[in-house]
Amino acid sequence: MIEVAGLTKKYGDLLAVKDLSFKVDKGKIWGLLGPNAAGKTTTMRILTGYLPATDGKAVVAGYDVFEQPNDVKRIIGYLPEVVPLYPEMTVVDYLKFVAEIKQVPAAKKKAAVDKAVKSAALESVKGRLIKNISKGFKQRVGIAQALIHDPQVLILDEPTIGLDPAQIIEIRELIKSLKGEHTIMLSTHILAEITQICDGATIINEGKLMASGTLDEIAASVKVREGAVLKLRKGGEEAAALMRRVAGVEKVGRSDKEYTVEWSKGQDPREDLVRLAVDKGWGLLEMRSLAMNIEDLYLKIVSGGTAQ
Amino acid sequence: MNSIWTIAKKEIKTYFSSPIAYAVMFVFSALVGFFFYSIMWWFNSQAMQLAQNPAYYQQLNINQQVYSPLFGNMSIILLLMLPLLTMRLFSEEKKSGTVELLYTSPLSVWQIILGKYLASLIVLLAMLGLTGLLSIFTFAYGNPELTPLLAGYLGLFLMGAAFIAVGIFFSSLTENQIVSALLTFGTLLLFWVLNWASSAAGGIAKSVLDYLSVFQHLEDFTKGIVDTTHLVYYLSFVFLGLFLTHSVIQSRRWR
Repeated sequence: MIEVAGLTKKYGDLLAVKDLSFKVDKGKIWGLLGPNAAGKTTTMRILTGYLPATDGKAVVAGYDVFEQPNDVKRIIGYLPEVVPLYPEMTVVDYLKFVAEIKQVPAAKKKAAVDKAVKSAALESVKGRLIKNISKGFKQRVGIAQALIHDPQVLILDEPTIGLDPAQIIEIRELIKSLKGEHTIMLSTHILAEITQICDGATIINEGKLMASGTLDEIAASVKVREGAVLKLRKGGEEAAALMRRVAGVEKVGRSDKEYTVEWSKGQDPREDLVRLAVDKGWGLLEMRSLAMNIEDLYLKIVSGGTAQ
Repeated sequence: MNSIWTIAKKEIKTYFSSPIAYAVMFVFSALVGFFFYSIMWWFNSQAMQLAQNPAYYQQLNINQQVYSPLFGNMSIILLLMLPLLTMRLFSEEKKSGTVELLYTSPLSVWQIILGKYLASLIVLLAMLGLTGLLSIFTFAYGNPELTPLLAGYLGLFLMGAAFIAVGIFFSSLTENQIVSALLTFGTLLLFWVLNWASSAAGGIAKSVLDYLSVFQHLEDFTKGIVDTTHLVYYLSFVFLGLFLTHSVIQSRRWR
């Protein structure tokens, strides 16, 4: 549904996006993940036709963003990072205006507004001025605005930023409920968002692609180290030094009685470690495996070096 | 056309849902009312004095002696007030981020510009229309000619349209409304001052400066003359302003 190839964007001398390529399949919720200033907003602005790319190609639903911008704009719903609201308008007037500029036929306008109000759960505030509603509702109006012309593709730039935890959950539920009908791409720097609602993600940093695919694919593409935490009654630095010598072990860290041992994927020196601990009489109290969670994965990818 | 009207409707609603339109219309009407009153008062006293002398009395002409100077005053008030009307057109949307909505919707840049331009023209019409009420008095108690009056209003409208085109251009340059108003005001003032410079200059320089001066072209209108030279002047002014706006927006998007 969305295909980006070799996308590059320069602002003067500043390289915001560099040779970015990825693909999003139809009906998926896709995350665009990266730290601040990674190029997420720039990428989305290019996809929506707000900014032209310096180089490369972007295709949305078969339309080239640069060759057929108006066709693309007709099928994309876009929530920019700063929600584009007119504070002096009521929610309904605003949605009517957006429906008109998105060229929803006059006969379908009322139905489109009603549907957007309903799917973004805005019934309780629809007659109020936008400047008087809460931040959470403003964000919802932003999403309703993106939905109004029933677009095939939804592009949401940091849809949950600045909201309180309850509102974040509400917005996430809302986005999940839109899955299927729409292909959704959302940007975030919050990992939980990706694991909770996305089918896959594209991770970028400093404008460069770090990884792209489903979460499992990303995990597999990164050279992951496995590890275990051993808790010993005694042992000290000597134990750490001896453990480092066990075949396969790459790294041993120690904090008080806990020893974190890491090894490359495929190796498994756990039995040797236990044997060593028993032989030396260190008093093995506990051993648990060191789980590699998405957060470590992300930090690893973003800090570079280990990308595919 | 539909999309232009959509944008224009939104702009008009914004003008009238905030105090801007009311404030501009109120101040404009109040000032024009004051000038009308003082010119009328002077005209009346002239009429009283000359009533004894039929030869001079015949020369009194309400169009020449009331409306001509009044239109001159109105043109200066428009110069001062229209930048305040146009300053927000693009600046506000840039600052609040709503340009992103406009530019990512299937509207052409021309549709957006013309919509906003049309909205300001409508407010200008309302401003001029309100002052038309003053003429109820002149028609009730005097005998002005309608045609030169309408020609004067046409001139003011065309001049205002040119001012708005300059204002919309500067609004597209900056996201700061004050800067946008200031630049517009400065430019218009410069065109006004050209009028003075031309009286000091001579030869070709004088005719060039005369041609460029915004107010020189208004004079004939206030005397009731509709000359195509002046029409062409104002319309090319409008076209140039809008064209530059279009170029600015296009180039910003491609930078």
